[in-house]
Amino acid sequence: MGGDSSDIPLHIPDAPHRPGEDAEFADWPWKPEDLGMLEIDCSAEDSSGHATGLVRVLGDDNSASGKWDPKLSAEELRMGLEHMLRLRIFDDRMMKMQRTGKLSFYMRSFGEEAVAIAQTMALENQDWLFPTYRQPGAQFVRGRDMVSMICHCIGNEKDNVKGRQMPVHYTYKEGRFISVSSPVGTQFSQAVGVALASRYKELDEVTITWIGDGASAEGDYHYALNFAGIFKAPVILNVVNNQWAISTHSNFASGLQNFAIRGIPYGIPSIRVDGNDFLALFSVTRWARERASKGLGATHIEVLTYRAGAHSSSDDPSRYRPQDENEHWPGGDPIERLKDHLISIEEWSEEDHAELSERLDSEVMSAYKEAVKFGDLANGPYPSSDAIFTEVYESPPWHLVEQWDEMKKWRDE
Amino acid sequence: MPNMNMVESVNSALDTMLSNDNDVIIFGEDVGYFGGVFRTSDGLQEKFGKHRVFDSPLSEGGIAATAFGMGINGLRPVVEIQFADYIFPAYDQIVNEMAKIRHRSGGEFWCPVTIRTPAGGGIRGGHHHSQSPEAQFTHTPGLKVVYCSTPYNAKGLLISAIEDNDPVIFFEPKRCYRGPFYGDPHNVPTWSGHPEAEVPESHYSVPLGEARLAIEGEDCTVIAWGAMVHVCEQAIKDSGISCDLIDLQTLVPWDREAIEKSITKTGRCVIVHEAPKTSGFGAEMAASIQERCFWSLESPIERVTGWDTPFPHTTEWDYMPGPDRIAAAIARTQEE
Repeated sequence: MGGDSSDIPLHIPDAPHRPGEDAEFADWPWKPEDLGMLEIDCSAEDSSGHATGLVRVLGDDNSASGKWDPKLSAEELRMGLEHMLRLRIFDDRMMKMQRTGKLSFYMRSFGEEAVAIAQTMALENQDWLFPTYRQPGAQFVRGRDMVSMICHCIGNEKDNVKGRQMPVHYTYKEGRFISVSSPVGTQFSQAVGVALASRYKELDEVTITWIGDGASAEGDYHYALNFAGIFKAPVILNVVNNQWAISTHSNFASGLQNFAIRGIPYGIPSIRVDGNDFLALFSVTRWARERASKGLGATHIEVLTYRAGAHSSSDDPSRYRPQDENEHWPGGDPIERLKDHLISIEEWSEEDHAELSERLDSEVMSAYKEAVKFGDLANGPYPSSDAIFTEVYESPPWHLVEQWDEMKKWRDE
Repeated sequence: MPNMNMVESVNSALDTMLSNDNDVIIFGEDVGYFGGVFRTSDGLQEKFGKHRVFDSPLSEGGIAATAFGMGINGLRPVVEIQFADYIFPAYDQIVNEMAKIRHRSGGEFWCPVTIRTPAGGGIRGGHHHSQSPEAQFTHTPGLKVVYCSTPYNAKGLLISAIEDNDPVIFFEPKRCYRGPFYGDPHNVPTWSGHPEAEVPESHYSVPLGEARLAIEGEDCTVIAWGAMVHVCEQAIKDSGISCDLIDLQTLVPWDREAIEKSITKTGRCVIVHEAPKTSGFGAEMAASIQERCFWSLESPIERVTGWDTPFPHTTEWDYMPGPDRIAAAIARTQEE
């Protein structure tokens, strides 16, 4: 009866490894054969094994097996590989631009390329994407011109958001890719609204959204699950657990070691998937789309991955985690894994890969050269500062007209 | 006396208060192991232990609510909201809870929380890393609102804020963390050698509610806070007009007496802030000044502010009030 708690200190969690320590992760116990398909109309409780397990298709040897194998054609697999490699090369070039003062800021998707690319490929073109800053790769799948993406990142006169947003905060309505916002998590609950509007209009549109493990601590995450569960929204709610929110480990985002199962008490079927396994991601997302499309409601997915790079160009992860921690991640690298798989089924070769890499390199270089023709960060030309005043409202009220005139006077003097 | 930049002086204030008072604890996003994205809590977890300086979940509402609970139970939390732009999920907790608990509980509970947050533009942060939302808080009875401008007043005001028994929102002008900002983005001075960067290592305080007379003059009263204090210093030089420059330091409660004294002398006034004009704190000041000093005023009160628009990314220098706009306003006050 009755212990004495007077000498128990305040509990503060910690990250598994810090600089100077050896990074070690336990081997994954999960195999592609572990989990069967879930019934499309399963209940939240029915999915508990899939939430506590891990859906994989690519095994430790990168061969494909198990019930979740989406049986994609070699052509589809090569397309996925190409988009992932395109994103990695693009990111590397943009990062070099940032380092040489040609961009004010940048954020790579390094190590997480499969997430947006596999998941967007699993959707239909009418489906809405409501991303964070770590899903720019979805735009390649939807066919966005790379020059236009670079112009946005520079903030030059061809930036479609007119120099208003920081780099990587893309908007691409043509591809149903909704504007990225810096305040983390806001999109997650908004996406439920997008999905409910599609249902209201009785359209076969599904909305997919993503949130980081860190941002899942925001209220918006919980609003989303609750509204989606209650209204059976046609939405796919992904928590991208990449282990790190800047310097804050996912141990500070949830008292559980598992993000997926948090959907179950909200009445939403929930699955954890290997986020570096292109095939598993594709398959789980396609299953979730089918549920949504049939009016069966939302799916909650934990995408288990690792942020292999820095949070952003302003961040230095060597201050808070071992520099080689990413090399020990049990999920490996998404590009290497799909490449190995394609090679093992004799649909790809090292030569093909080197050739692709070279082609993408020159694609990125020529897009970059084309983009800077419309202005660079150091010298402009920039979007006109008239864009400060336009689109604040549908049309500017008198006080903005007055201030706009005053700004022009100072600018043009 | 050591020369500190504003990151170091904020750190020194936190260090001093952690040493002086075991009830002071610090938490927020990335403030623990990493020491904060601007390094303001660098080394403090190592020195004081992780139960006193720790990382929080990414949840501004959760940070504010937890600080509230700790505050009413006898602790003195100092929390960080990583950018002032991200404070709004905490708005309900700050405005409806922290600000009102003393009053609503008949004085039985109070909440001595300090919320530090980097604010203001000039770092190419676009609309979500540049805003200066002080007016959203000055409109809330029960909160004190402080805006530091130099390494010296940052430490002294922060110590006063932490020691204060009311909730305080403490804005730090991020553009001035490593040097004063005179309105020219190409001129990037450091705090080294600046008289306001002489910061004692020990405990001292700059009282809340008192303005600082940064420059003394005769013909116009220029009022500013945060980074705009330094921009105004440049503007006054450029204008060639003899001005009082008043660094307001505390917005609630503001130092009406100092302003009245100056305007009674100069008869002219320019108020400068980088936040938008409509319902900005300049409006409150202008209204109060005309109520109290109407017969001393020789010309209309001028306001130079950010536009009533979101803060831009690429073209931020066409948004932020610069020395040219401020100098012209000072000159207009001198017209007959």
